[in-house]
Amino acid sequence: MGSQKRIAKELAELTESPPAGIMVELADEANLYEWKVHMEGPEKSPFHKGKFLVKLSLPTEYPFKPPTVSFATKIYHPNVTNDEKGSMCLGMLRADEWKPSSKISAVLQFARQLLAEPMPDDAVEGRIAEQYRNDRSRYEEVAREWTRKHAC
Amino acid sequence: MSLWVTCDSSLLPYSRQLCRSFITPPITRKRKAAEVDNDQPSPKAATKAHGPRHATSSDRPALSKHSSAATEITENTERASPASSASQKKRDLATPATTTASMDSDDDFMSDVSSQEDFGMQGSDNDSLGEDFGDLDAGFSDDKDIFGHKRKPYEVEFKVLDPPDIENEQLGQINEVSAILGLPPESAAILLRFARWNKEKLIESYMEHPEVTLEDAGLGTNFEGTAKTETVPGFMCDICCEDGDDLETYAMRCGHRFCVDCYRHYLGQKIKEEGEAARIQCPGDGCNRIVDSKSLDLLVTDDLKERYRELLMRTYVDDKENLRWCPAPNCKYAVDCAVKNRDLHRIVPTVHCFCKHEFCFGCSLSDHQPTPCTLVKMWLQKCEDDSETANWISANTKECPRCMSTIEKNGGCNHMTCRKCKHEFCWMCMGLWSEHGTSWYNCNRYEEKSGSDARSAQAKSRSFLERYLHYYNRYANHEQSAKLDKDLYLKTEKKMTSLQSSSGLSWIEVQFLDTASQALQQCRQTLKWTYAFAFYLARNNLTEIFEDNQKDLEMAVESLSEMFEKPVSELAELKVDILDKTAYCTKRRVILLSDTAENLKNGEWSFNVEW
Repeated sequence: MGSQKRIAKELAELTESPPAGIMVELADEANLYEWKVHMEGPEKSPFHKGKFLVKLSLPTEYPFKPPTVSFATKIYHPNVTNDEKGSMCLGMLRADEWKPSSKISAVLQFARQLLAEPMPDDAVEGRIAEQYRNDRSRYEEVAREWTRKHAC
Repeated sequence: MSLWVTCDSSLLPYSRQLCRSFITPPITRKRKAAEVDNDQPSPKAATKAHGPRHATSSDRPALSKHSSAATEITENTERASPASSASQKKRDLATPATTTASMDSDDDFMSDVSSQEDFGMQGSDNDSLGEDFGDLDAGFSDDKDIFGHKRKPYEVEFKVLDPPDIENEQLGQINEVSAILGLPPESAAILLRFARWNKEKLIESYMEHPEVTLEDAGLGTNFEGTAKTETVPGFMCDICCEDGDDLETYAMRCGHRFCVDCYRHYLGQKIKEEGEAARIQCPGDGCNRIVDSKSLDLLVTDDLKERYRELLMRTYVDDKENLRWCPAPNCKYAVDCAVKNRDLHRIVPTVHCFCKHEFCFGCSLSDHQPTPCTLVKMWLQKCEDDSETANWISANTKECPRCMSTIEKNGGCNHMTCRKCKHEFCWMCMGLWSEHGTSWYNCNRYEEKSGSDARSAQAKSRSFLERYLHYYNRYANHEQSAKLDKDLYLKTEKKMTSLQSSSGLSWIEVQFLDTASQALQQCRQTLKWTYAFAFYLARNNLTEIFEDNQKDLEMAVESLSEMFEKPVSELAELKVDILDKTAYCTKRRVILLSDTAENLKNGEWSFNVEW
């Protein structure tokens, strides 16, 4: 299968014309399957000015199986697990929703969009989701605080 | 102050040990069976012995209760007819030889209580028990004949389908819809799967909004062109990024074109790894077109096609309310039965698969007649929670009179302080400790009000528990005995072989053991569930009849079980007895199930739970 060719092509495209606020590189030049993504917190979000390190792992069956996205930088967000894994739950990354023609670029842009607009209904951190719904200002306050502490 | 322990179920070191008390040891079982056997020498004698037999057995209050109970019910004008004919029936049925003579009364009985409503199944109203029993008498050595061809009140109509049948059923409907809507069969199939095989609804919705329906089903409105792979100059596959003018490619009518290798890999992964078939979408990002069977046939290998068809068949059976897979391991059959979910509180639809597995069409559990599915679920849940633990708690603990925490006292004085609510009470009288005064050491204060209130509350909760345990122990005992009987059954074949050589009987002639063993299994299964049923049953004058039927079946089963355990050398002589007893057991089971099913159908039972 042409998985390497496809990955190389996507990497080249993303390096050449990176989407706003996203910069990618290989974690190890010899390994196409582990990426380091530098993601800037979107404006008008409590993560603004933060720089988040996101790890993108591609399975060997890529693009027939979806990549996984995790935050190496601690982040206060309903859709990112608040543990050492920092896993992000994205609908489009579920095995049964993933399409082999979906692109990493789209995944990353979607992930960044999620920082600006959390999806509390699909939350992995129920407590944060609840706060996001009921006490937005407090949520933003804590998220800003965490961003300042961990992502600047 | 004394030692005490607050118990929860995780803190029960003895409960494992106690489980022994749930299983009647084989010795007891035999003895019980022997008693029953003595009590009921032969089916023939039992007819007349009914009254006297009970009258003489002074040490068996349960039995003597039987005759008085029957009289009591007969006097009740409201139920006089079914009850009296029921007891009449019972007497009749005790002797196979006299059955024919009593047919009339049986018919009366049936028409008295038979239902007005028939659940849309044919003929159950007019089933005459009498005729069925005629069958029974004629062929009790052959299992097949015992279950005649007429349906009994507890039987439902059903059909067993093998995979080709299911395939044909699907095809028939696909072709029908294809013809009605003027669409290719592979598209009609997608529509039907989308509509979960509800033909009428599909056609209606298609007639109203054809485009919307097609779009929702993942079909699209474009039916041009034939499915074929092609090479496209200047093409690059979006999945693998390979290009080349000679690259073989494929696209469905949505136009999302990928190389054949990627398409094939994608389909293979969906079918093999994800077990998806009916809802495989186009690999294109955001495209919801469903891959049709023609495209699939064009692209994948034969073994995948086979798997694909299997998966489609699985979803077909899962989607249809009138179909259900046989739950037996590795069984390939499905059962077609018209009983709907909403009927399940009035009918227990046991079906028999070709693989010999008997299961409930309503819930897929093993046959649980006469207990309705909902009660079965409640019962199993309860047994999981309670049973052994409950038994231990009952034997060893009391509850704090205030917060009802369960407490085990393991020594010391009677002054208890609940760890949870700090309530201070006396272990003996369960009354307030303060009422004892400071100097009390031994409790002699039975008259105190707080104490007697606490005790009566406690007694009530204990009596619930005891009631449950009464039924549970019997339920569990039959389950266990059925297992033991089954072990015995495995030895039966050996027995039959040795019987053939030792007695000179032919293979056909020793089949009675096999028949007996199967009857035993079936009757125990039924008996087991009668206890779960009885647990939820509220008393009315029908419960007495039920209990009598239950008791009669139980006695018959135990005595057959006893015969079955005899040494091989005696079995040949016992053949006639075993045959009689087998027929009798089967007959008692039919009576019990028929009676229960009729009452259930007519809503005559009352229950002590909401369900």
